[in-house]
Amino acid sequence: MSVDAHVVVRRGPLTVDVALEVADGEVLAVLGPNGAGKSTLLRVLAGLLAPDGGRVAVDGTPWDDVAARAHLPAHRRPLGMVFQDHLLFPHLSVLENVAFGPRTRGVPRREARAAAAAWLARVGLAEHGPRRPGQLSGGQAQRAALARALVGDPALLLLDEPLSALDARTRLAVRAELRRHLADFAGSTVLVTHDPVDAMALADRVLVVEDGAVVQAGPPADVARHPRTDYVARLVGLSLLPGTAEGTTVRLDGGGAVTVAEPASGPVLVAVRPESVALYPARPEGSPRNAWPATVAGATPHGSTVRCELDGEVPLLADVTATAFAELGLAPGSPVWAVVKASEVAVYAR
Amino acid sequence: MRRARTPAPLLVPAALAVAFLVLPLAGLLVRTPWSQLGALLTAPGVGQALRLSLVSATLATLVSVVLGVPLAWVLARSRARGRSVLRALVTVPLVLPPVVGGVALFLVLGRQGIVGSWLDDAFGITIPFTTTAVVIAETFVAMPFLVISVEGALRAADVRYEDAAATLGADRWTTFRRVTLPLVAPGVAAGAVLCWARALGEFGATITFAGNFPGTTQTMPLAVYLALQRDPQAAIVLSLVLLVVSVATLLLLRDRWLGRGAAA
Repeated sequence: MSVDAHVVVRRGPLTVDVALEVADGEVLAVLGPNGAGKSTLLRVLAGLLAPDGGRVAVDGTPWDDVAARAHLPAHRRPLGMVFQDHLLFPHLSVLENVAFGPRTRGVPRREARAAAAAWLARVGLAEHGPRRPGQLSGGQAQRAALARALVGDPALLLLDEPLSALDARTRLAVRAELRRHLADFAGSTVLVTHDPVDAMALADRVLVVEDGAVVQAGPPADVARHPRTDYVARLVGLSLLPGTAEGTTVRLDGGGAVTVAEPASGPVLVAVRPESVALYPARPEGSPRNAWPATVAGATPHGSTVRCELDGEVPLLADVTATAFAELGLAPGSPVWAVVKASEVAVYAR
Repeated sequence: MRRARTPAPLLVPAALAVAFLVLPLAGLLVRTPWSQLGALLTAPGVGQALRLSLVSATLATLVSVVLGVPLAWVLARSRARGRSVLRALVTVPLVLPPVVGGVALFLVLGRQGIVGSWLDDAFGITIPFTTTAVVIAETFVAMPFLVISVEGALRAADVRYEDAAATLGADRWTTFRRVTLPLVAPGVAAGAVLCWARALGEFGATITFAGNFPGTTQTMPLAVYLALQRDPQAAIVLSLVLLVVSVATLLLLRDRWLGRGAAA
């Protein structure tokens, strides 16, 4: 276990009390609403904030141990951090920004600049090294910030809402790129986000935090299938299906095809929200283009709706009202038709 | 949309204020004996006083930057208790009559002073009535301008850049040198200009603590004051020189630093 932490922080009326473990190469998403204590948790892991209780150990080395009064200051922790609004130093060139970490950690200037240039090339910014951060677009700046965080080969990568300052189109591109770099990264990653799509698309495991406490943890798909609270159900329910797009048709890797409203091409992720999946006892009239036969594999009630897990060529989650669930006479094993409007399907490059 | 006209109750006092600030300077230009300018400027003592003024104001500014920037950092960033008291103490010289500052310096650093007598006994160093005294008097009066300006810049600077530097392995000293200081450089430049201008014009504390000896402690303001009693024409020319130096400095630095700092 690479990161093993139990963090207790009191911030006014809010007490953050979260335990987490992240393996090498694993991406853990901490998902929750604004003010849930996610960023506080991340600041403790970074060493920017001393916890009131608990301990943080990385690769067996204690970084924080309140009982033993041990606290490793931020600048001595081998980590990289990406902030919401990139925080590239405005007075340094992009290359100097990326070389900043190696330089402060004692790497000779020439080597530091070479490593920085190599990382800028990896994030597609090879040409932009001599520029000032102010001359970069939002997406470019965030990619430079990622290069700056990863250049030192840190044991721990912390991402604090890395995509939320970007506009929708840029966010897709940067998210896809972030996914690739996270797959290559050998250390542990903790991603803090309030956007379930980020968590579902980027993380191996999700920790849902509400009011400073963990309400549910597990792989994104498990959490989506069996939401323990209404809040989690609303937050995490997206079905993400990998496929290959050609115009408005996406051939799914698992078989079947989905018609989408926005044309795309190449490898994509198709995202369907459970509330946009309608269930019918038979194939509905008017031949909607996205209609698939399925069987109900499981049903979890939450609030006034029931989340149904559908087995079939296209595995989906569907939220139906408790009344509709009863009227359709649904039970595990029931055959149904699942229907989704093309305009309700989101497509992400991957 | 056209901008509304400035209302008369504001316009008239504003025009009066401009007249009040500009007319005396215009008067100085009108009364300047332009025909004798060359002779008066090359008179013995003028160059000496000007050089002494420039050197001492620059040294005072250097001392103020070296000591004042760290002080501004402590005021803006440290969480030590009693910071507000410290800030009040630091800004006292801003409102203190300079003559009082001169008297206070004399009482501490004079030959009979608390520190001065010790310096005299231990090292044979005497400060009052030397060029060193001029620099000390100017620093005492001018440093608060720099401290206030830099502290303001530090408060306005985004501390999250310092967090980012820490996650990149920079300790607080490295962060200060490589991140904080460059970020507040326009503020430091603005503060240094204010400080230099204040030091250049310093009169009360200088004449009290350093005296008025041509060549060692007689700076331009002192020379102007003395000349006004003996030779008003010379006083006008010396004033003109100070005016030119001040305006030139302002223009030069405005383009290079202040303009960018104001835009950022």
